[in-house]
Amino acid sequence: MKKKQVNNHTQAHEPVFQVVKRDDLIWYKSWGVRLIAIVIALIICAFVIVLLTGYDPIKVYSSMLNGTFGSTRKIWNTLQKLAMLLCVSLAVTPAFKMKFWNIGAEGQALIGGLASAALMIYLGDMLPNAALLPIMAVASIVAGMIWGLIPAIFKAKFNTNETLFTLMMNYVATQLVSFCIVFWENPKNSNNVGIINQSTMSGWFPTILGQKYMMNVIIVAILTVAMYVYLKYSKHGYEISVVGESQNTARYIGINVKKVILRTMALSGALCGVAGLLLVSGTNHTINTSTVGGMGFTAIMVSWLAKFNPFIMVLASFLIVFLERGAGEIATAFQLNGSVSDILTGIILFFIIGSEFFVRYKIHFRANIKEGVK
Amino acid sequence: MEKTAAIQLKNISKSFGSVVANKNVSLTVYNGEILSVLGENGSGKTTLMNMISGIYFPDEGQIFVNGEEVVIASPKDAFRYRIGMIHQHFKLVDIFTAAENIILGLEDEKKYDIKSAAKKVKEIGEKYGFVIDPMKKIYEMSVSEKQTVEIIRVLYRGADILILDEPTAVLTPQETRKLFAVLRRMRDDGKAIIIITHKLHEVLSLSDRVSVLRKGEYIGTVNTAETNETQLTEMMVGKKISLNIERSEPKDPKDRLKVEHINCINREGVTLLNDISFTARSGEILGIAGIAGSGQRELLESIAGLQHLTSGSIIYENPKTGETENLRDKTPLEIRELGVRLSFVPEDRLGMGLVGNMDIVDNMMLRSYRKGKSIFLERKAPRNLAEEIIEQLEVVTPSANTPVRRLSGGNVQKVLVGREIAASPSVLMAAYPVRGLDINSSYTIYNLLNQQKQRGVAVIYVGEDLDVLLELCDRIMVLSGGKISDIVDARKATKEQIGLLMTKSREVEQDEEKASE
Repeated sequence: MKKKQVNNHTQAHEPVFQVVKRDDLIWYKSWGVRLIAIVIALIICAFVIVLLTGYDPIKVYSSMLNGTFGSTRKIWNTLQKLAMLLCVSLAVTPAFKMKFWNIGAEGQALIGGLASAALMIYLGDMLPNAALLPIMAVASIVAGMIWGLIPAIFKAKFNTNETLFTLMMNYVATQLVSFCIVFWENPKNSNNVGIINQSTMSGWFPTILGQKYMMNVIIVAILTVAMYVYLKYSKHGYEISVVGESQNTARYIGINVKKVILRTMALSGALCGVAGLLLVSGTNHTINTSTVGGMGFTAIMVSWLAKFNPFIMVLASFLIVFLERGAGEIATAFQLNGSVSDILTGIILFFIIGSEFFVRYKIHFRANIKEGVK
Repeated sequence: MEKTAAIQLKNISKSFGSVVANKNVSLTVYNGEILSVLGENGSGKTTLMNMISGIYFPDEGQIFVNGEEVVIASPKDAFRYRIGMIHQHFKLVDIFTAAENIILGLEDEKKYDIKSAAKKVKEIGEKYGFVIDPMKKIYEMSVSEKQTVEIIRVLYRGADILILDEPTAVLTPQETRKLFAVLRRMRDDGKAIIIITHKLHEVLSLSDRVSVLRKGEYIGTVNTAETNETQLTEMMVGKKISLNIERSEPKDPKDRLKVEHINCINREGVTLLNDISFTARSGEILGIAGIAGSGQRELLESIAGLQHLTSGSIIYENPKTGETENLRDKTPLEIRELGVRLSFVPEDRLGMGLVGNMDIVDNMMLRSYRKGKSIFLERKAPRNLAEEIIEQLEVVTPSANTPVRRLSGGNVQKVLVGREIAASPSVLMAAYPVRGLDINSSYTIYNLLNQQKQRGVAVIYVGEDLDVLLELCDRIMVLSGGKISDIVDARKATKEQIGLLMTKSREVEQDEEKASE
């Protein structure tokens, strides 16, 4: 008992809490933590909604759901957005898993889209769709691949900083598109390409089962499974993991690190090229400088949130798309300034990313706090 | 003079997640004495000391300084109680001078006065017998000079209680002796000194008392004068073990690897290897001794095909065909494709030999994943190998699917050595294979190396513990500053002789520098 008294004497100086690393949580517990984070985020968002707008948060939330799932058309729009974001996320994943900071997915996808658009415009009237589409696919893939390979070559040969390099390549791609728009604008002086081949639908993805986005969804679904298998079961995927974890180990066991960097960036760029194809030929049927719309950056977040697991990326992309579409819906339904929905999206993402901290660490509070209450 | 307790720890406990680093540890150090805290790696010595110096905060227990209970929540608190710690990895700014580093972060300094600081540094040095130039930059210093700066830094701040974490790990025997002399002088001055170590002979020659930790628990304290190596080992390990390494005579040694006049210069133009020539023979363990950073790593990496050489050749004689191959400027893959069975246990286990985030099975695959034409991985053989190694080398792991970074140091090393030996090498190179390992694991590794030697493998062993090198190896090559000082017969050489060889060319260089000035 004497010991306890001494303890009480000192505890006043003890730090109030300490952060302690915890053992790996079982999967359901870690998902529980994430779920709690989302719930707390929604509650805080509710307060923000009431304070800023005075609307009933429940109505706002149900309108978000409505914006995402409200009708068949809305569901397909959501699916399409989801597929696109997932596609770019899959594209950046091998690069990031290799710890190659490819923040140039935006440009790689845009340049792939540009290749598709060019072929639609110049070959649209000459070739049947069955011939045109494969050519467009190859062209987009090659274009994206080249855009991904250029920084990779400089990285492998001169060890340049890939983050800056890929970022700069985005601007080059954007400027190239602006330049092409000058030639392709339709109608004249609109500074807009307009819908390409609107009457012939040449170079457009065919509708499947009456759904124009079905093809996009199918392609991305196949890519998701393929990427999972590639990363987990192929020798290439194994090499990517080794290079990403430790280049020293890779060299030690005789992996040609430069070759792996080039090959992986070629793959990453090529998949971005596919995303460009899906955007131009499968979705918008036009091109402008914001065709990719920042997905190249959002994809990085998706990829990391999912810890490079393609299947979890489906969930992560869904979350982002849901927030985006829901936010858009409440902006129109309640005639709110778009900033309010941005604030909500920000809060929710903050909590989800923040929850990872609590998955990895726990917080020890000072032992006597509870005793003090008694 | 009656001794007063400088620091007293009572029932200190600390855990990280489910790992208990310290459990109910109580110990006392008095003013004017040197206390050794002895324990194997992972026994919680450093964690305990970090709690005294304010880096960690104990979960439970009390700390008393000079009889009063204190709370040490930060290194600043520790300094307030006149406690200073010299860490194993120095915390100095390379481009600053000694004096600048010493006054760095001091808040009570009224104005930046480097001159009076330098003067005070000199005074401290003279008082305890340090030799130091306060104006010398850290990057120009040897390891032992850097350590001196660290020690003076804590003395400058008025520390009366000094904690040194493995201070001799990077020193030569001669430098160690100098350090010990300084520490004794400080003790006679009334300071309380704690040194963390796992080297028994140092404990016996330096300290007044020894406290032993085992697996985080306090085992006991003995007076150095009343103990011996056997008793201490028993306290440390928990059972009696023999400390002798068996050394068989080499059987029918044949030249296996001839290194001839190799030179290696890095990108900055620094010579890393300077005209190295030696022969490794089959059925023999060739030891390599030297101060850390004397070219050991570069030498092994050159043989493994990871360093670009400016000249020289590395000739491998294939024991089966009798053909010879020059391995210079070949990549590790090319070397393997030539049929050269070369295994390499690198110094950096998790940064080079293994991938920490991968499980044991995937780590087994590192060497063999290329086999077969399929583009997919074959995990069956690696899985069998992993299970075999876990069983034979008694690797403690939840399963073969556990990421290796979660294993303890000894088990990580067993996985790595196991994999390298499984490749049935004809040349086996191992760099510091027992660093950080407990005594039992260390002996497992020595036995494995001996087995390989008896099988006719040419073993190259880079070590830091001279006692072990002298007991285990057949010949010892001593490196100093990237040059071979000498190759000696391990059965006849002495520790002092090797210690001198370790610093040989460095002294020559310093003389040359002085001459050129």
